[in-house]
Amino acid sequence: MKKMFALMLALCMLLAVTPVFAEETVTLKIAHIGPETGAAAVYGLATSRGAAIAAEEISAAGGKYKVEMIDEDDQHDAEVSVNAYNAAMDKGAQMIVGTTTTTPCIAVGALAYEERVFMLTPSASSTAVTADKDNVYQVCFTDPAQGSASAEYISQNALPTNVAIIYNNADAYSTGIYQTFEAKAKELGFNIVSVTTFTDDTTDFTVQVADAKNNGAELVFLPIYYTPASMILQAARTMDYAPVWFGVDGMDGILSIEGFDTALAEGVMLLTPFSADAQDEKTQKFVARYQELYNEIPNQFAADAYDAVYALVAASELAGITGDMEAEECCDKLIEAMQQITVEGVTGTMTWSANGEVSKTPTAVVIENGAYVGFNK
Amino acid sequence: MAFLSSLVNGLSLGSIYAIIALGYTMVYGIAKMLNFAHGDVIMVGAYIAFCGAQYWGLPPVLCVLCAMAVCTVLGVTIERLAYRPLRQATSLAVLITAIGMSYLLQNLALQIWGANPKSFPTDLIAFPNLSLFSGQLKVSGVTVVTVLANLVIMVALTFFTGKTKMGKAMRCVSEDRGAAELMGINVNRTISMTFAIGSALAAIAGVLLCTAYPTLQPTTGSMPGIKAFTAAVFGGIGSIPGAMVGGLLLGIIEILSRAYISTELADAIVFAVLIVVLLVRPTGLLGKQVREKV
Repeated sequence: MKKMFALMLALCMLLAVTPVFAEETVTLKIAHIGPETGAAAVYGLATSRGAAIAAEEISAAGGKYKVEMIDEDDQHDAEVSVNAYNAAMDKGAQMIVGTTTTTPCIAVGALAYEERVFMLTPSASSTAVTADKDNVYQVCFTDPAQGSASAEYISQNALPTNVAIIYNNADAYSTGIYQTFEAKAKELGFNIVSVTTFTDDTTDFTVQVADAKNNGAELVFLPIYYTPASMILQAARTMDYAPVWFGVDGMDGILSIEGFDTALAEGVMLLTPFSADAQDEKTQKFVARYQELYNEIPNQFAADAYDAVYALVAASELAGITGDMEAEECCDKLIEAMQQITVEGVTGTMTWSANGEVSKTPTAVVIENGAYVGFNK
Repeated sequence: MAFLSSLVNGLSLGSIYAIIALGYTMVYGIAKMLNFAHGDVIMVGAYIAFCGAQYWGLPPVLCVLCAMAVCTVLGVTIERLAYRPLRQATSLAVLITAIGMSYLLQNLALQIWGANPKSFPTDLIAFPNLSLFSGQLKVSGVTVVTVLANLVIMVALTFFTGKTKMGKAMRCVSEDRGAAELMGINVNRTISMTFAIGSALAAIAGVLLCTAYPTLQPTTGSMPGIKAFTAAVFGGIGSIPGAMVGGLLLGIIEILSRAYISTELADAIVFAVLIVVLLVRPTGLLGKQVREKV
C-alpha cells in the first residue's frame, strides 16, 4: 500500500513538473456565460457549443495556446448571470465570452468593468452593452448598424418602399433596430404605412399582419427573432398576403426550426453576417463539426461565439497573455490588443474600434427552395 | 369587413383559451385546487402529437389519441405523486407544489426535446379554410374545429357531471369532501378521474393551440395557460359553460383592443376588464352565487 502511495506521489510530481518542459503551450481559461436552460436556452446553447468547437480546434492545432472553457448557465436572468460570472471568476477565468443575451450582459458588464475583466460578447447587440465600458467588446453588429444597413440595402436594391414594420417592443434588440431603421427609412423617403408591435408572449399575429395588409404594404420589415417570424409568415399565408419579407440576423435559424414548412419562408430576405451554406473552407469545417457533435445546423449565435474565441486567442497572442496571469492583468492588455487585430472568422473579416463595436460587412441572402442564396444586386 | 375579420380572429384565439379554460375549471371545480401545471400538460400533449406526426409517422387521429393517452397517464401520475400526499395540507402548499410541477415539466421537456422551437405540423387538423363574402373574410379550418370541439366537450362534460354516476360523485366531492367520503364515495379515485379527464382535454387543447399558432417550445403552454386561467375566472371558475364564455370573450376583447386601441395595452385592457367584472360579479360571469352559511 505504501509503495502504491509513493508511486502515486511520484506520478503527481511528474505531472506537475511536465509543464516546465513544455512551456511553449499556454492554457487560456475562457469563461462562457449564457442561457443554457429556460426560454432563451436556444441562444446560450448555440454560443456555448460554438465556443467549445473553437476551443477544441485551437487546442488541437498545437499552436502557442490551448483553450479551456468554463461554461456557466445564466438562464437569461441578470441576477443569475452575475452569480454565474462570480462562479466563473472563482474557477480562475481570465476572460469572458459572453454574456449571450443583452439584459444579463449589461448587469455583468457593469461588474466586470469594476473588477477589470475583459468581456467579448458574441451576440448581445445593444449599444447599452458597450456604452461607457472600455472592457466590453462585441462580435455581432450593434442594433443601430443593422437597422440603417437594412434601410440602405432596401433603397439601393430598388425593393418596394411601401413598408410595414412589425417589431417586439418588449425586446431591446428589436426596438433598437426598429428605431434606427425608421430614422434611416424616413431619410431615404420610404413610405412607412404600418407599424405594429407585439411582446414576448404573443402567439397571435393576425392583427399585425392584417394591419400591414390593409394598409397596402409591399415590404414588411421584421427586426425580430425567427420564432415569432415563423408565426407571422404562417398568419400571412392564412390571409393570402405575400409581400417581400425583410429580416435581420435574428431571422437566421428560421430554416432549421424542426417541422417548419420552408415553403413559407420562400423569398424571405435577410441581412446576416453568417450563412451556414457559405462555400468557404472555414465555414464548412465549422458547420460539419457542429452537425457531427450536436446534430443541427449552427445559427449565427454559434458562429459569433466561435469567432469570439478565435478573436480572444488572437488578442491574447498579440498581448502576450500567459496562463498564470490574473483576469485583471489580462484586461488592459486585451483592450489594447483588440483594437489592433483583424480576425477572419466565419462571420466575416472583423476589426474593432475603441468603443467595443465590431466592423464587418453584412451580406444579404434570400431564401430559395429552402436554402440561403446570395442576393445579387 | 376589417372589424368582422378582427372578430373572427378574436373568436379563433378565444376558442383556444376556452378549451384550455375547460380543463382548468374542471379540476378547480372538483378538486378545489388550481392546477398551474395544466398549461404544461398542454405543452407535453402538443409535443407528443408532434412526435407522432414527425417521427413516428402516425395518422392525425392516432397522434391526437396518443397525446391524450400520454397526458392522461401524466395527469394521473402528477396527481398521485405530487397532489395526493398534500390532500390535508393548506391550499397554499398545494398551489406552490403546482407551480413547482409546472417548472418541472418545462425543464423535463427542455431535456427531452431541446430548446429549439419546433414548428407544429399545421396539416394535422385538415379542415378546409372557410371563405366568406367572396373571399373577403377568411375563417381558418382550425378555428371551426376548435369551436366545434369546444361545444362538443362542453355538452359532454355537462352531461357527464350531471347524469353519470362518476359525474355525480365528482359533484359531491366538490360540494363537501368529508360528507362525500362518509357516503361511501372514493374521494381519491374521483379526483384521479378528474385529473384524467382534465389532462386528456389538455392534450386536445395542445394540439389545437399548436395548430393555430404553430410554434412549439417548452414554454409554449405557460402564457396561454395563464390567459386561460383568467378566462376561467372571468366566466366563473368551476362553471363549465362559464369557461367557454369567458374564453371566447377574453380572446375577442384581446384582439379587438389590439386592433383598435393599442397592441401594447391589449393585455392591460384584458385584465382591467377582468377586474371590473369581478368587482361587479365576484364569482365571474356565470359563477354560482353561493351564500356562506354561518
